[in-house]
Amino acid sequence: MPHSELLVEAHDLHAWYGSSHVLQGIDFKIGRGETVGLLGRNGMGKSTLIRTLLGHIKQRDGHITVRGKDMSKAKPHEVARMGIAYVPEGRGVFPNLSVRENLIMAARRGLDGRNDWPYERILETFPRLQERIGNMGNQLSGGEQQMLSIGRALMTHPDLIILDEATEGLAPLIVEEIWRVIATIRASGIATLIVDRNYHKVLANSDRALVLQKGQVVMSGTAKTIEQSDELTGYLGV
Amino acid sequence: MDLSIFLIQCLNSLQYGLLLFLVAMGLTLIFGIMGVINLAHGSFYMIGAYMAYALSPIVANAFGGGFFSVLVVGLVLAVILGYFLEWAFFSFLYDRDHLQQVLMTYGLILVFEELRSLLVGDDVHGVQPPDFLAGVIPLGDVMTYPVYRLFISAVCLLLALGMYYIFTRTRLGMMIRAGSTNREMVQSLGIDIKLLYRIVFAAGVALAAFAGMISAPVSTVYPGMGSQVLIICFVVVVIGGIGSIRGAFLAAMLIGFVDTFGKVLLPEAAGVLVYVLMALILLWKPDGLFKTS
Repeated sequence: MPHSELLVEAHDLHAWYGSSHVLQGIDFKIGRGETVGLLGRNGMGKSTLIRTLLGHIKQRDGHITVRGKDMSKAKPHEVARMGIAYVPEGRGVFPNLSVRENLIMAARRGLDGRNDWPYERILETFPRLQERIGNMGNQLSGGEQQMLSIGRALMTHPDLIILDEATEGLAPLIVEEIWRVIATIRASGIATLIVDRNYHKVLANSDRALVLQKGQVVMSGTAKTIEQSDELTGYLGV
Repeated sequence: MDLSIFLIQCLNSLQYGLLLFLVAMGLTLIFGIMGVINLAHGSFYMIGAYMAYALSPIVANAFGGGFFSVLVVGLVLAVILGYFLEWAFFSFLYDRDHLQQVLMTYGLILVFEELRSLLVGDDVHGVQPPDFLAGVIPLGDVMTYPVYRLFISAVCLLLALGMYYIFTRTRLGMMIRAGSTNREMVQSLGIDIKLLYRIVFAAGVALAAFAGMISAPVSTVYPGMGSQVLIICFVVVVIGGIGSIRGAFLAAMLIGFVDTFGKVLLPEAAGVLVYVLMALILLWKPDGLFKTS
């Protein structure tokens, strides 16, 4: 992949929580429009990797470049402004803001001036949000909150959306809906980094995948080769 | 009580309540959103009042202007002061525990009082309202009411409405409210939370100082006026619910009426009525009238 096509590139990433060395030298990259799955058991460093890339973990070391610019020491809002949106575990919906306010509070055009996910399109994509437009964030069901979190991310017109456990705790029908939306996002050319319990679904929806074990990358390759590998189930403990 | 006296007390209550609201709004925002207990908030009110007194000869010399030029100059200085204080002191307090916040902000009170003493002395001063607002309007046959007090109420009401509009209708307001519940998510949406906090803090300082300036002509300007207003503003914040603008408004109005009418109807108990009110409301609603999550 030519260098200019790379959105995020990280080299030898380390992160600590206090004295616990959670990431131990991770190399990571994701290209424009690419979908990467991030697999691994609980506590293996998936969320820490994401939060380190986003600048939320202060105790970190290593190199991160976004669009070729050094962001190793960047603050979270600077990373976000480089076109990276975050749909966090637990959704991060603001409980004291209405659905409409959650959506528009941070809306902006893409770095290239793109405006292909305006408010109206979000509401068309998520009709449930349209129905609950005046409700407060804390009055929504889990599925509605998830859609709101994704819709809010789309309205910042990112080039990469990071989805951490987007289907966690949701009813099967809603889970299907979320995966359909993720497919739509992929099709619109936005790169995605996906963490999810259901590794079959992750691999089916990804171009490439990484498997983390104790803060290190133990497998990396195309989604197909990872899926066919015999070691995968061992690493995932399934 | 005859009707015109009742009306006068209502107007006084309104004016006092609105003034309290201006000061308490900053306090509740800084407490609710940044999580900082700011004991120095009353000092900003005091600084405002002293600016109304001390700036007027300077401003008159420089611009030839009167009371309104003083208000504008004072407001600009207050914003600058707030911006500076957030950068130099308060930005280090966000992740500290309350004891450290109380220690530092109490220290700031001492610094401000000492600076005040050095710069303008310890005397009590009066400030004249501008001539065209110095008159009175008749109420009934014998009673009158000062125009300047009506002016204070009107200006405070406009400011309160303006702040309410910014807080509820603008994207800046949405960001501020969002910042009170989930800082990390606000940052992840590309918003510079430090800048946001600095704006909120500077606005809080400016409002308190403005309240001090505008009330200077009706109350004397004296050392220690800041601590008096601070205590009553904490009562407002606690009754209203920490971080709630609506709550602060309602609580300020309640206190305005209870305090003003208390002094008329129950002069012996006037000093404690406000605190009794606070205790009763906290018994009924321990988190204040409007709880923000």
